[in-house]
Amino acid sequence: MPTIALTLTLNGKQVSAEVEPNTLLVDFLREGRGLTGTHVGCDTSQCGACVVLAGGRSVKSCTMFAFETEGLEVVTIEGLAPAVVGGELHPMQAAFREHHGLQCGFCTPGMVLSAVDLVRRHPNPDEAQVRHWLEGNICRCTGYHNIVKAVQAGGGGGS
Amino acid sequence: MSATGIGASVKRVEDHRFLIGRGRYTDDINRPGQLFAVIVRSPVAHARIAAIDAGEALAAPGVVAVYTGADMAADEVGGLPCSWLVYSKDGSEMKEPVHPPLVPDRARHVGDQVAVVIAETRAQAKAAAGLVDVDYQELPVLVTCGDAITDGAPLVWDDVPGNTCFDWEIGDKAATDAAFARADHVVRLDVVNNRLIPNAMEPRCAIGDYDPGSDLTTLYTTSQNPHVIRLLMGNFVLGIPESKLRVVAPDVGGGFGSKIFHYAEEAIVTWASRKLGRPVKWTAERSESFMSDAHGRDHVSHAELALDKEGTFLGLRVSTVANVGAYLSTFGAAVPTYLYGTLLSGCYRTPAIYCEVRAVFTNTVPVDAYRGAGRPEAAYLIERIVDEAARELGIDRVELRRRNFIPVDAFPYQTPVALEYDTGNYDATLDRALEASDWQGFAVRRQQAVGRGMLRGIGISTYVEACGLAPSNVAGQLGARAGLYESAIVRVHPTGSVTVFTGSHSHGQGHETTFAQIVSDRLGIDIEQVEVVHGDTEKIPFGMGTYGSRSLAVGGSAVVKALDKIVEKGRKIAAHTLEASAEDIEFADGEFRVAGTDRATAFADVAFSAYVPHDYPLEELEPGLEASAFYDPKNFTFPAGCHVCEVEIDPETGVVRVVAVTASDDVGIVINPMIVDGQIHGGLAQGIGQALYESCVYDESGQLLTGSYLNYCMPRAADFPFFNVGNHVTPCTHNPLGAKGVGEVGSIGVPPAVINAVLDALVPVGVTGIEMPATSEKVWRAICDAKGDAKGRAVAS
Amino acid sequence: MQPFQIHRPSSVAEALAALRGAGEGKLLAGGQSLIPVMKLDLAEPTDLVSLAGIDALRGIRSEGGRVVIGAAVSHAEVEASPDVAAAIPALARLAGAIGDAQVRNRGTLGGSVAHADPAADYPAALVGLGATVVTDRREIGADSFFTGLFETALVEDEIVTAVSFPVPERAAYAKFPNPASKFAIVGVMVAATGQGVRVAVTGAGPSVFRVAEMESALADGFRPEALDGIAVSSDELFGDGDASAEYRAHLVGVMARRAVAECA
Repeated sequence: MPTIALTLTLNGKQVSAEVEPNTLLVDFLREGRGLTGTHVGCDTSQCGACVVLAGGRSVKSCTMFAFETEGLEVVTIEGLAPAVVGGELHPMQAAFREHHGLQCGFCTPGMVLSAVDLVRRHPNPDEAQVRHWLEGNICRCTGYHNIVKAVQAGGGGGS
Repeated sequence: MSATGIGASVKRVEDHRFLIGRGRYTDDINRPGQLFAVIVRSPVAHARIAAIDAGEALAAPGVVAVYTGADMAADEVGGLPCSWLVYSKDGSEMKEPVHPPLVPDRARHVGDQVAVVIAETRAQAKAAAGLVDVDYQELPVLVTCGDAITDGAPLVWDDVPGNTCFDWEIGDKAATDAAFARADHVVRLDVVNNRLIPNAMEPRCAIGDYDPGSDLTTLYTTSQNPHVIRLLMGNFVLGIPESKLRVVAPDVGGGFGSKIFHYAEEAIVTWASRKLGRPVKWTAERSESFMSDAHGRDHVSHAELALDKEGTFLGLRVSTVANVGAYLSTFGAAVPTYLYGTLLSGCYRTPAIYCEVRAVFTNTVPVDAYRGAGRPEAAYLIERIVDEAARELGIDRVELRRRNFIPVDAFPYQTPVALEYDTGNYDATLDRALEASDWQGFAVRRQQAVGRGMLRGIGISTYVEACGLAPSNVAGQLGARAGLYESAIVRVHPTGSVTVFTGSHSHGQGHETTFAQIVSDRLGIDIEQVEVVHGDTEKIPFGMGTYGSRSLAVGGSAVVKALDKIVEKGRKIAAHTLEASAEDIEFADGEFRVAGTDRATAFADVAFSAYVPHDYPLEELEPGLEASAFYDPKNFTFPAGCHVCEVEIDPETGVVRVVAVTASDDVGIVINPMIVDGQIHGGLAQGIGQALYESCVYDESGQLLTGSYLNYCMPRAADFPFFNVGNHVTPCTHNPLGAKGVGEVGSIGVPPAVINAVLDALVPVGVTGIEMPATSEKVWRAICDAKGDAKGRAVAS
Repeated sequence: MQPFQIHRPSSVAEALAALRGAGEGKLLAGGQSLIPVMKLDLAEPTDLVSLAGIDALRGIRSEGGRVVIGAAVSHAEVEASPDVAAAIPALARLAGAIGDAQVRNRGTLGGSVAHADPAADYPAALVGLGATVVTDRREIGADSFFTGLFETALVEDEIVTAVSFPVPERAAYAKFPNPASKFAIVGVMVAATGQGVRVAVTGAGPSVFRVAEMESALADGFRPEALDGIAVSSDELFGDGDASAEYRAHLVGVMARRAVAECA
């Protein structure tokens, strides 16, 4: 099957690549671009470990083809804050650290990006809004207690 | 307390890399020239493998090799070992069938490893795996404990009669029978501890990487204990000496027990890499995890509690059938025995206890340790029957518990089931829980719920558990085939910064922070000066890893022991510098000081002297400042506490909603309260998950009905309220930190509290029992069934 | 996943042409149902026709007592639409309860309707509200659109372009979600409309269905108690590990009463 040309803005930089039509976005990111912060935790589109922002909205990168990001701005966890010495975390990342919203860290990138999408649309969400919004992000470590606190704190700090 | 020392809620140092997407999990690693492995798994639960035709797969694009059990057998690959030997009542050894990494002639559960396809890309390997033609001749299937013990049941293993792996006992049967003979009341209860699938969010992954130049083999794997894997795989399965085998467990995305065990795929990729001279990577898809990660729990038990007129416990008799699955997994024999039967005293002065456990093979995935491992099964059984006794005898359930608690002045307390509890204060955690949960105010809340048409219930559980399996020599007498100590190296660098190497492994627990806090506290240096290294057999001398909530109590104690050696040597160096006698040197707040004087030298200066020994007692001391230690604990530690759960049940739909959870735990001395609270939150969530949502279900043919997140219910954020957690500390008496362990208390303590709450809500409408998970349909049916004979009884009043 | 060719038309006509020229062609809307089944090789199209570039499938507009929603409008857009919230708040709430946030961000109305998953929420909305499915060539009433398990009245190369919802006097949707998958075990849309009361049930059986007995009882008196004593037969309902047929039948009654109560 011939590859197709793909141009998108990835973490602030314009990227052009050739992809197979059936390449999933998550595979393009992890294998094609070495962006291994986006994780795969299931094969039935439910765990949310692979969530990234595409066109400003949180999406499951395991349930989207890479070619569907043509012309879109895609942000992965690596693109949320500058990765340099002394680089400041995004307020949502900082809130997760401050409130111990992560343990093993595996669900964290998807959780953070999902939360960023929430607070962009609903600044200062209440507890129920946060819990409902996180339906598609499974965490096995935290019991969600500190994640909810972190999202609420991160949602007050703007995005 | 220093800002980053013991007792401070220091923000975690590991978080930064995870938050910026720079964690490094096994699947994030790719080796040059790497091949990809896909396992061909049995689609049926029990079958003779008559033939395997790999011809078409071998001819498929990109395929490098297809191997079967016969290929491994030809290389004399050994079976996956079980690390604990259990003896039956009659003194015979447990039945321990050989567990080849690839099964040559018979598949014994859906998902069993039948062949491996290795190709240039993962997609090619996956496509070719579908082309391997296996002739399965199906055999009769056993799924449940009940199936396995039925007279005349078919056999999972032809040479294991009655499918019985072992028939074990603990406690004094005669004394227990005598206690029952003189009892005023006997309460009986049948309980099922539902089978669970651990579901760490990171699927397992393994990369075998053989370097023909050095003859060194490296295995990168999602493990909680890389040294244990090196020992088991190197020694028993592949025959590679430790010096030639490196096991790396980098960032690991949760384990909860499921990543303790040595799995077939680790051996398969390592062996294949050595055969092919190229790295071989395997990553589980989640659906593979469901059918190949060891499952948890799966007990069916009958319990009897003997009491006198006053409600004093006289004896406990327990008979359990434990499903171990098709094969004995690494700790499969230890969990339903030494981690279960020994805990049946709970926090009570029950003078006579007898427990027998029949472990049975079935055509299911092996069952092994899952968060709590044996102790949740014990706590659930005890706390359910205590509530049942309270109901039957008409004694308040809190009062009944108090009446039977081991009192504070009875410690150390020898139970009738082998353990000696060193310390505890069960009334204190209970009092705290009652207050924090507003137990007294419940009646009002229940009345308000009635107004909303809801049934409200409150439940309690008072539990004790055991962490940090120990000591090695006693465990050895009981059948352990490994030591249970931990190691540490503390390396002080010339400018006073410190690297700690620990044999514990962190996969979410935050050791890089907690262990650094211990160093910060003991050496009086800032945590930023401390780096904690774990998870690599090439860097760490040895280690037993992280399970059973042992890391701080055992691994942390090893760090303390090594730090003591550092301070001791530093004292000698300082004595030389300060021209004083070593006995006169005190060390505090990062300074060595001549007692009673202002003559002092900073820790960093002492470190510098050790590496630039110009003014240094070279005739007495070696240069350098590094110490290693092994710590073998004197006893288990015994965290304990009280969990209270409040639920509201919608009687029309049967939906149970958890409205409040209070956890009052005694986990000993707390190093980082923030991390400890987080561990409790996570354990509570898994415990509530077991009680209300999660259940592994097979159909009669051994097909897994709950094989994905579409039907295995993983709890979500909306399923929980905020948790109300707090603690009361009685320090552990026998380790230098006074720490007990916290990783599992939530999943041990809370399930019975949830079910006791559900029953508290349902008993008034005539329901007499319910099993985990209390799903909405189960609750609705129970209410329907009860309705007939519940007429005229007050509803939820 | 099997390889396939992609087509990115910018009009419905181009999309139809691409579909007709394909071996085994499939339309790709949000992909939230299609991609998961393709990952499992349960669907193996040779060609995917992406609808993402067709502007005609976008947009929500209110016109003459109806709300018309383009087929490519996402669940999140329906949830957030002021037009929908003003005219049919029950529809906005239904959209906000589909799947999870990420599914709602990608999944589309047209995709859900054409897929006709028995546990999807939208079929209850279409049938409950008496909506009309607009395709490239005709209009199909919701009652005759859903024909069975994953089956609709659409012919092979027909493309849903919009759904037109009449504004009801009042309506509410009550959902009992599967705790694992979040799909509907039972979802009931109840609406008092110009054409009478409608009660539509999704999740319980192979396809969305109406409950005539409930509709006539509610027509006589639109209050929850009107449904007392009306039992839905479990004969045709799903029974599986998630919920038995009896339980589903029972939940239809409970959810219907709750939806009526919410209308008040």
